[in-house]
Amino acid sequence: MKMMKLTYLLAFALAVTLADTGCKNHRPVKVTQIPGRSSMVGEPGGGGTMNATEGVGATGGGSTASLTDFEGMAADHTALAAYTAYFAYDSAAVKKSEGSKIQAVASALNADSSTKLLIEGNCDERGTEEYNRALGERRALALREALAKAGVDPMRIRTISYGKDKPVDPANNEAAWAKNRRGDFVLLHPKSGA
Amino acid sequence: MKKNMLNPIKVILPIVLIALACNLSSGQNQKDLNLNVEVPVLGQTKPILVSLDGLNGEVAAVLKFDLYVQGFNFVVPDAAQYQISGSNDGNVQGRVVARFAKNTILTRSYTGASLRQQAHAFADDIVQAIAHKNGIGQTKIALKAQSSNGNGEIYVADFDGYNKQSITHDDTIVAAPAWVPGRLAIYYTSYKRGNPDIFYHNLGNGQRHVVAGYSGLNTSAAASPDGSKVAMILSKSGSPNVWVCNADGTDLKRLTTSSEDSSPCWSPDGQWICFATKIADRRVLAKVPAGGGAMQRIPTPGAPNPTEPDWSPDGKWIAFTSQTGEFDICVVPAGGGTPTVLVAGEDSSWSPNSRTLIFMRRAGGRHVLSVLDVFTKQVKDIARISGSDSQPAWAR
Repeated sequence: MKMMKLTYLLAFALAVTLADTGCKNHRPVKVTQIPGRSSMVGEPGGGGTMNATEGVGATGGGSTASLTDFEGMAADHTALAAYTAYFAYDSAAVKKSEGSKIQAVASALNADSSTKLLIEGNCDERGTEEYNRALGERRALALREALAKAGVDPMRIRTISYGKDKPVDPANNEAAWAKNRRGDFVLLHPKSGA
Repeated sequence: MKKNMLNPIKVILPIVLIALACNLSSGQNQKDLNLNVEVPVLGQTKPILVSLDGLNGEVAAVLKFDLYVQGFNFVVPDAAQYQISGSNDGNVQGRVVARFAKNTILTRSYTGASLRQQAHAFADDIVQAIAHKNGIGQTKIALKAQSSNGNGEIYVADFDGYNKQSITHDDTIVAAPAWVPGRLAIYYTSYKRGNPDIFYHNLGNGQRHVVAGYSGLNTSAAASPDGSKVAMILSKSGSPNVWVCNADGTDLKRLTTSSEDSSPCWSPDGQWICFATKIADRRVLAKVPAGGGAMQRIPTPGAPNPTEPDWSPDGKWIAFTSQTGEFDICVVPAGGGTPTVLVAGEDSSWSPNSRTLIFMRRAGGRHVLSVLDVFTKQVKDIARISGSDSQPAWAR
């Protein structure tokens, strides 16, 4: 009984409020309550926690070498730096002019069978971003194929594309672009004791 | 008190007034529709003219931004089709009057959160009252923010660049964020493990895991409309191709065997995956059935070298980037037709209501994000996130 009375009072109060705000003062009738915004990110500081399934799908398959075969190797960025191969605009074709570099890299790899190779494909800034990420990979894969033809076991070679994220020259001109359209060769050594 | 309770006028009058207001407002909507019979044409539609009075500071700035990039423009009250007025003293109160019919079509006040969020909510109500569609004022984006050394982080923010939050803290190369529709979760590419791998990141609890970490390239993830599958670019078989798998990484399937594929996206019905490729030595857009099958070309006559397609949520359009010397944002009917070149820019992503695009434009040495109303071509830069901002993805 007391409950009913309270409800009746509340309904009445609401009606009076509506009558006042809606008719006399021309105040807005509808009120939208906007919830306060909590952080979109669950973990303070942005999360980024890796869980146990981190490694799902991490093993290779198909025609390229498995990433696990390259784990724990030491990267030597200078040994083959002189042989960086350059590409024409928007092209992943290995130019004839780069043939001697391919031969030199093949010789270095064949001289020490414990070594492996990482090829880093890069682009100039003129393509769209994900197109260039694919183009950089195509360049690295084309160099891998050229090395295979030169007698290197392709399973000793892995590729990575940086797209246009790692230019050697950030300038906005043809000279810089020509330097950025490249494949860098990184010699991989087994870590001592491994 | 008791006397008042029995007074029928006090009780019935407001109900009558509310009914009357509803009647008037729906009648007004009819008239507005008749005024706006002009069929909107991409890039050629005239903006709806509105005036703004009584609101100022951040609230006015939010309203002007939100409405401008949704096809409204601001004029003096006497020239406006709709007069927006109100106050933002403490909280936002607003009203919209259709000038010709002299009818109030919206009157509302807002409480809670911040004035900024109240202003976004009012902007959405204005878009609903005048244009009869959901506004974008309270939507979210994800993006890549890159520093000068090439490393970057994935951020989420309000669509106008405010309320930004870094999702990653890895100081490595990142790329291609993509939302899972209807969920607080994104896919992105990260070089954190020394290889470009695709991560799934639950924004609710901060947990993430690798969905694709095969040798070679793993990038350009795109969640299916129902979130159950993900399309992506993998090079594990020797060339960058379109692959699809379940959201948990299982049931991996190769969809294309062409040699130059990039940037897959889904049709909103989940039947097709559209992507950029090369056919007969020409760069083109193509689509392939999501379950596998023959590739079909999507012609873009007059807009060469298309990349970065994004299918509109209403299914009608595909936005993409065309490259001549520079880059242009273009839109082509998904069922075929002639593309419309809209503005200079790259990598566009549709708003949930299929009317606004967010895209990247080059500004000197860095990249800036802008939003574009595809019908009026009205465009504005959003607030800068961090360093060079690119690869925007609109949550939908």
